[in-house]
Amino acid sequence: MNIDKKIADDLVANDVSFVTTVPCKQLAGVIAEIDQRDDIFHIPANKEDEGMGLCAGAWMGGKRPAIIMQNTAIGVTVNTLATLIQYYRMPLPMLISYRGELREPVACQVEMAVHTKAILAQMNIPTYHFHKRADVEEFDNILKYTFMCNKPVAILTDANFWGGYGDQ
Amino acid sequence: MIRSEILKEIAPILRDQLVVCNIGIPSQELHAIDDQPTNFYMLGTMGLASSIGLGLALAQPKPVIVIDGDGSILTNLGTLPTIANNVADNYILLIIDNGSYGSTGDQPTYAGRKTSLAKMAQAAGCDRVIECAAADTGRVLQEALDAKQMTIIVSKCKSGNAKMPVITMDPVVIRDRFMKAVSA
Repeated sequence: MNIDKKIADDLVANDVSFVTTVPCKQLAGVIAEIDQRDDIFHIPANKEDEGMGLCAGAWMGGKRPAIIMQNTAIGVTVNTLATLIQYYRMPLPMLISYRGELREPVACQVEMAVHTKAILAQMNIPTYHFHKRADVEEFDNILKYTFMCNKPVAILTDANFWGGYGDQ
Repeated sequence: MIRSEILKEIAPILRDQLVVCNIGIPSQELHAIDDQPTNFYMLGTMGLASSIGLGLALAQPKPVIVIDGDGSILTNLGTLPTIANNVADNYILLIIDNGSYGSTGDQPTYAGRKTSLAKMAQAAGCDRVIECAAADTGRVLQEALDAKQMTIIVSKCKSGNAKMPVITMDPVVIRDRFMKAVSA
């Protein structure tokens, strides 16, 4: 199974047609896959809160959005999640590379990893953690759940899910 | 002229358009001057009006006018390259540049000192950037609508705020009536 293709297929099947991204090495494959899809408008953002603003506007314009970003961005976007996405009750699937977990080679990444789930829990954001490749099977249902409840929903995807990070 | 005087003057132009309005006193002023279901008021999240408006313009065909401030643009400077590289000809960004953070006590911004937001927008790659005096804002805005070309307007005005009530409308109500106006 090609995870990148499966994620892009599920986005398209759920009518997600506006995707903003801030890159992470782990996400390079899925970002490249989304960029070449004709039925998804891919708009790279310079910062994740900017990306969430783009998604909020696209949703009000009638398109289903998604954001793809690194978990360090949870530290950047707390205010935007609380005062824009949650306050105005907007759906936002967040596909997040969960750096600093098992098989992580860069020590500093662990510093935000230890806060990631705590911040998401504090904000009452439904959170899923993909650790094994087969976990991707849930992605389709998570997208349906997100647009059913009009909430931001986090999908944390760690290095093990992506098949390791470099030589780790 | 101060911002509220500009908003009063351009209210007849804004009335029939989708408007995304910046957080704080700008939204309070627009809400008090001419509340419309086609207005999306930001109640929080400083800096993101230009991004919300761009997403909206890219997602549907109606013209979108964003009323932003110099302080908010400085907070989210990454927005300028994103705007420049994702051209939506139904998008107008009106930066009311009073050189100050109006909602927090009129502290000066760098845009009121050495920094030119018009030049920054040009450097970011925005093709149609117009800096104008406050009194010309209505004319420049109407010309931008008629041009049907993505336009960044930097309207230079004096610092100051009108005394207006806080918006007490529920955010979900603001958003819901706005979405109905978008799809009408």
